[in-house]
Amino acid sequence: MSEHLLEVKGLKKYYPINKGFLNKTQGYVKAVDDISFAVRRGETFGLVGESGCGKSTTGRSLLRLIEPTAGEIIFEGQDIRKLSVEELRKRRRDMQIVFQDPFSSLDPRNTVERILEEPMIVHGVGDAKERKAAVQRLADVVGLSKAHLQRFPHQFSGGQRQRIGIARALALQPKLIVADEPVSALDVSIQSQVINLMQDLQREFGLTYIFIAHDLSVVKHICDRVAVMYLGRIVEITDKDKLYSHPQHPYTQALLSAVPEPDPDLRKERIILQGEVPSPANAPVGCAFGTRCPYVMDICRNTRPQLAETEAGHLTACYLYDREAKTQLV
Amino acid sequence: MIQPILKIENLHTHFFTEKGEVPAVDGVDLYINPGEVLGVVGESGCGKSVTSLSVLKLVPSPPGRIVDGRIVFKGTDIVPLKEKEMRKIRGNAVSMIFQEPMTSLNPLFTVGQQIIETVRLHRGLSKKEAREHAVEMLRKVGIPRPEAIIDEYPHQLSGGMRQRVMIAMSISCSPELLIADEPTTALDVTIQAQILDLIRRLNEEQGTAVMMITHDLGVVAEMCHRVAVMYAGKVVEEGSVHDIFKNPLHPYTQGLIASVPRMDETRERLYSIPGNVPILSKNMQGCRFAPRCSRVMDICRQSLPDLTLQENRHSCRCWLHDGSQEDAV
Repeated sequence: MSEHLLEVKGLKKYYPINKGFLNKTQGYVKAVDDISFAVRRGETFGLVGESGCGKSTTGRSLLRLIEPTAGEIIFEGQDIRKLSVEELRKRRRDMQIVFQDPFSSLDPRNTVERILEEPMIVHGVGDAKERKAAVQRLADVVGLSKAHLQRFPHQFSGGQRQRIGIARALALQPKLIVADEPVSALDVSIQSQVINLMQDLQREFGLTYIFIAHDLSVVKHICDRVAVMYLGRIVEITDKDKLYSHPQHPYTQALLSAVPEPDPDLRKERIILQGEVPSPANAPVGCAFGTRCPYVMDICRNTRPQLAETEAGHLTACYLYDREAKTQLV
Repeated sequence: MIQPILKIENLHTHFFTEKGEVPAVDGVDLYINPGEVLGVVGESGCGKSVTSLSVLKLVPSPPGRIVDGRIVFKGTDIVPLKEKEMRKIRGNAVSMIFQEPMTSLNPLFTVGQQIIETVRLHRGLSKKEAREHAVEMLRKVGIPRPEAIIDEYPHQLSGGMRQRVMIAMSISCSPELLIADEPTTALDVTIQAQILDLIRRLNEEQGTAVMMITHDLGVVAEMCHRVAVMYAGKVVEEGSVHDIFKNPLHPYTQGLIASVPRMDETRERLYSIPGNVPILSKNMQGCRFAPRCSRVMDICRQSLPDLTLQENRHSCRCWLHDGSQEDAV
């Protein structure tokens, strides 16, 4: 069994921009632009970045909820992109997703019991009686009571709805759960309940998580390794500890320094970035971050830096850490 | 003794719905000194936004209404003021920035028209002067090419830019008090850092008092001098930012701070407050937090504690810190 549960190679998702009378394609929005990473069994892999960086598109592409433009998605040795619709549907049993918005991701016309049972019906798991028992267990595991099962989603608070979303993702005993901003819509005190629940479930069922978030403190708490995305590309991947103590990419440094921390005595040296993220329809030729980077060099504007190992277990896409590029400069 | 610029006394803003009367703001006392940044924190439904809307009398009515209390702005109670008189205050002496800059700017007018309208109304400037002033304001909030941006429509701008426009508009008449209701919640962290920096500069350079409504404890620690923590329509604790974070007294504040994951330390497990925020109703008894409190006592379920002053102008609404109760025990 390989160490990696999921390997992503050269994943791209381009959306065509069609314009004019003939609806001709004028260009592409490069939502995800050639990213590669691998997720180990049992770990929590974080995908962080600001809005529009392509983290959610990546998450959905992994399950082919969005059809990727190019690349390989190898889940347990099998390329998900090569599967037929029927094969894919079977494979999805092992890969589930939890969405950000607990209000719009549950069918308002179904009871919680039905919502939790449906994935099992679709995949033909057990008979009616066994499924009922399984639903009870699921509800129990995520902290919902028996009385809750007959209710409809609108009768629950945000935190409880997210518990239902998690229970539904667990219904088929998946190996991988893609959690797309699962706690962003929740209040602080509820957020910590859901994070603790996700950690308990991971331990109990040996789950692997891909945790997509923009909140860097939450990511620090729950993830083992983190990939930082900017404008459709991964700029840095490493262990959580390395990332937070020694961020290498100038974007990661700025991002971490921008997070306000709940400690009035802490005075951080803040890097305030100038300007805004360029449009993914018109991304810079060289480094995506080149337009805002405080250390930008000539080479950054012309050629795109590749994600490369700068030290053991630390990958960064930046010419500052590329010796060859630096010597060329001198 | 400094006179507070704004003093809210026993404010009650209730909503009259089909399901009955909802006391969204249930007896709130707050004050803001000139040049001060006051943070109002709490989770959704705690009444922090309704409190801020009440100050400008912008609570949608019906169903909402200020049923009791005083809101004293520079010595005048604004609760009995007529709409016409309120309009002279809004956007002039007191202005507000909202969470969602997309919905609070008018999509049919250019950015410039919206700022110009404000300054012409309150300042009586000529069209030309007003336009110059608007460009000046846009430059001040760090908008590049303000001469060009002034003729653009809100949809042509990004979220961060729109929030800058909102701020430019709100400071265009040099307000003495700026109410910022979750000004950075819809923005990314790097853009949030820019906007917070801008608000801080306004406060430091112009002495504008700021009432900062937020659920983000990080933003509070960073920006505020003093903090009021709200829960279920009431202020449960109030004190200097240092006291609130370093010596929180109310179990809710303690729980809230312990629930937040931190970047500067590693914790195995986050603290979490059990249960959910209560549904507000008129016949609530006892401390609102009692059902979720880990240190709940019998008295908490029966009667509501007062907001009592502790050391260092730090006050707390909890029987654990109520002097009169200790004497009784």
